[in-house]
Amino acid sequence: PKGDPTVHVFHRRGNRRDKNIRPLNLAGHVGFDSLPDQLVNKSICQGFCFNILCIGETGIGKSTLMDTLFNTNFENFESSHFEPQVKLRAQTYDLQESNVRLRLTVVNTVGFGDQMNKQESYQPVVDYIDRQFESYLQEELKIKRSLHNYHDSRVHACLYFISPSGHSLKSLDLVTMKKLDSKVNIIPVIAKADTISKSELHKFKIKIMSELVSNGVQIYQFPIDDETVAKVNTSMNGHLPFAVVGSTEEVMLGTKMVKARQYPWGIVQVENESHCDFMKLREMLICVNMEDLREQTHTRHYELYRRCKLEEMGFKDTDPECKPVSLQETYEAKRQEFLLELQRREDEMRQMFVQRVKEKEAELKEAERELQSRFEQLKRLHADEKATLEDKKKALEDDQVSFSKRRAAAQLLQGQSLTANGKKDKDRKK
Amino acid sequence: MSDIVPPEVKPKPAIPANTGPLVPPTSAIPVPVGSHSTAQSASGGSTLLGYIGIDTIIEQMRKKTMKAGFDFNIMVVGHSGLGKSTLLNTLFKSQVSRRNAGWPRDEKIPKTVEIKSVSHVIEEGGVKMKLTVVDTPGFGDQINNDNCWEPISKYINEQFEKFLKEEVNITRKKRIPDTRVHCCIYFIPPTGHSLRQLDIEFMKRLSHSVNIIPVIAKADTMTIEERQEFKQRVRKELETSGVEFYPQKEFDDDMEDKSDNDKIRETMPFAVVGSDKEYQVNGKRVLGRKTAWGIVEVENSNHCEFAKLRDFLIRSHLQDLKEVTHNIHYETYRAKRLNENGGLHPISSNGTQESNL
Repeated sequence: PKGDPTVHVFHRRGNRRDKNIRPLNLAGHVGFDSLPDQLVNKSICQGFCFNILCIGETGIGKSTLMDTLFNTNFENFESSHFEPQVKLRAQTYDLQESNVRLRLTVVNTVGFGDQMNKQESYQPVVDYIDRQFESYLQEELKIKRSLHNYHDSRVHACLYFISPSGHSLKSLDLVTMKKLDSKVNIIPVIAKADTISKSELHKFKIKIMSELVSNGVQIYQFPIDDETVAKVNTSMNGHLPFAVVGSTEEVMLGTKMVKARQYPWGIVQVENESHCDFMKLREMLICVNMEDLREQTHTRHYELYRRCKLEEMGFKDTDPECKPVSLQETYEAKRQEFLLELQRREDEMRQMFVQRVKEKEAELKEAERELQSRFEQLKRLHADEKATLEDKKKALEDDQVSFSKRRAAAQLLQGQSLTANGKKDKDRKK
Repeated sequence: MSDIVPPEVKPKPAIPANTGPLVPPTSAIPVPVGSHSTAQSASGGSTLLGYIGIDTIIEQMRKKTMKAGFDFNIMVVGHSGLGKSTLLNTLFKSQVSRRNAGWPRDEKIPKTVEIKSVSHVIEEGGVKMKLTVVDTPGFGDQINNDNCWEPISKYINEQFEKFLKEEVNITRKKRIPDTRVHCCIYFIPPTGHSLRQLDIEFMKRLSHSVNIIPVIAKADTMTIEERQEFKQRVRKELETSGVEFYPQKEFDDDMEDKSDNDKIRETMPFAVVGSDKEYQVNGKRVLGRKTAWGIVEVENSNHCEFAKLRDFLIRSHLQDLKEVTHNIHYETYRAKRLNENGGLHPISSNGTQESNL
C-alpha cells in the first residue's frame, strides 16, 4: 500500500557491474513510488499505437473478426477473388476507452491465396513489414529527429488465418509463416471455427502445432516471466491456435442479445467460451499482452532488422583487428571511399574524353590530308588541260592569222585580176 | 511491389452512441478528466459498443516499467558548506550522499572541481530506483573560479557521449545504461542580496545541456520577508540574464502544462532547509534543526519550502526531468555531434549511398 516504507532489504540480482551499489532503506515516505504513474500519465496524454496485420484468404473472415474484436464497424470493402497479385490495405482508426486513446491500424491482405501461382504471395507482406521498420530506422538515423512524436507504424501483431479444413496446414501457410516469424509476432488462428466439430478441432490444433514445430516456425509465445500473468499465459499457450468465430450480428438468446451466428440447428455464440476461443483471443491480444507485443516488436524484431540492414550496408561494430569501431567512423570511412571512387570515375571519364578527342582529331587530320592531295592532283590535271587548251588556242590563232593573210592575199589577187580584166575589155572595144 | 491504399485516419463511423456500460478504469491514476484537448469517450473521438479492455494497457505498461526499474541521476552544485549532502539525504530519506557512502569527509578543499558519483538502490511501494548522486566538490571554492564549470560541463557531455556510443552500435543492449544527468540542483548562497557572477555564469552556460533547478540554501538564515525579496531579485536576474531553469517555458506541452508550470516557476527558486535529525514537536517527530530560539521544521511549509521542492522534484516531475533530458538535451548533443563529422544522413532504401553526401 502507498505510504508504507518498505523495510525489507533489497537484494539485487545479476549484474556484476552493480556489485558496489548498496541497497538502502528509507526512513520515511519519499514519494518516488509515483514514478510508474508519472510515466503512464505521459503515455495517456500522448495516446497509444497498435498495429495489427491480418493475413488470410479472401472471404475467410478477417474483417468480421476485427469488427467483433473491437466491437465496432470498421469500413470494409468486399474483395474480389480475381486480384492479379497480393496487396495490402491499411486503415487507421482512433478509438477511445475511458481515458485511453488508441490509434489502431488494421492491415489486411487482399487477394491472398487467390492466384494460380502463389510462390510470391508472401513477398508483398514481407515488404510491407520491412517498409515500416525502414521508416522507423530512417527516423532514428536522422540528425534532427523526433522519435517521441513518431507515429509508430510497425506491425505489432500478425493474425494468421488458417482455413478450417480440419486436416493440416497448407504449404502456403507454412511458407508464409516461415518467412514472417523473425519479423513479426505471429498469432495463428483457425478461422470460421464453427465448421469444425469439437473432436476434429482438437486433432486439428495438435496437427497444426506439430507441423509448425517440425518446420521450425516461431510463433509468438505469451510471456510467462511475470508471475501475475504467468499462469493464464501458460494455459493460453496451450490453446493455440485459437479457434475463432466472428460476428457482428446479434441474436436474442433468452433475455439478452448476444453476438452470434444463427443456424437452423442452433446458435453459435461468439463470446461463449465453450463455443469458440474468441474471448481467449481478445483477452490475450488486448487485455493481457498488448504492451508485450509492442515491446517485442521494438526490442526484438526491429533490432534484428536494424542490425541486418546496417550490416548489409557494411557497418560493423569491430574492425579487422577487433577494436571497437564507431558507426560514425565506419561511416566516414565509407564516405571517403565513395568520394574517392567518384573522383576516380571522374578522372577515368576525363581521360576517355581526351582520348576520344585525340582520335577524332587524328581522323580529321587524315581526312584533311587526303583532301589536300586530291586537290593537288586535280589542280595538276587542270593545269595540264589548260596548257593543252592554250596550245590548241595558239594553233587556232595561228591558223586564223595565216588564213586571214591568205585571204587578204587572195583578195588582193582577185582585185588585181579584175582590174586587169577590165582593161582588157576596154582595149577590145576600141 | 505491392500496392498500398494509403492509410486513412478516420473517426469511427457513426454507429449510434449507445456506449453501454463502460467499465471504469481499474487503475487509480488521478488523471484530470478531459486532460487533453481531444474529447472524451462520450463525444467526438470514437465510441465503442461495450467494453473491450483497451484501457488495460495502462496496467500492462505500469507492470513492465516496475519490473524494469528506474534510473535517476542527480547532480548537486554549490560551494562547500551549503548543505548539499544534507539536503539530498533529507530528500531521499536515507544516506545517499557520498559523504556517508564510506568516503571520508574531505579535510582539504580540492584544488580543482572534482566530479564524484555514488549510486544506491532504493525501493518504495514496489518501485525500484537506482539513484546516482553526482557531487562537485571544489566548485566555487577557489580564489580564482574562472571556468570552474568546465569539468562539470565535460562530465555531462561525457555521459551523453557514452549513451550515444551505445545507441549507435549495430548490436545494442536491450536497455542502454543511463548515466546522463537528469537534474542539476544549483545551491544559491543565502546572501540576501543578489546572485553572484559565478552563479549567473554557471547557470547560463549549463542550462542548455542539463535541467537546472536553483534552490536557496540554508534558508533559515533569512526572515520570511527577506526571503521573498531575495527570491524576487534572483528571479529577475535570472530572467534578464536569459537563464532558462527547469521547468523551461519552451518545453511546456500545452496550456494546462503551462499554467501548472507557471505556478511553479513563480515560486522558484525554492528556499530550503535540510536536516536528517528528528525532534519532538507538538507530540510529533519531525525532521528539523534545533536552535536556541526554536526548532526549524524542514517539512513545515510555513518554515521553508523543502516540501514543495520534494513534491515538485520527486512526486510530480521526476519522470518529466528524465524525458526532457532524453528528448531535448540529449538530442541537442547528438545532433551537434553528428553534424561535426558530416553526420549520419538518412539512408535511401535502395541501399545506395548517394544521399549520404
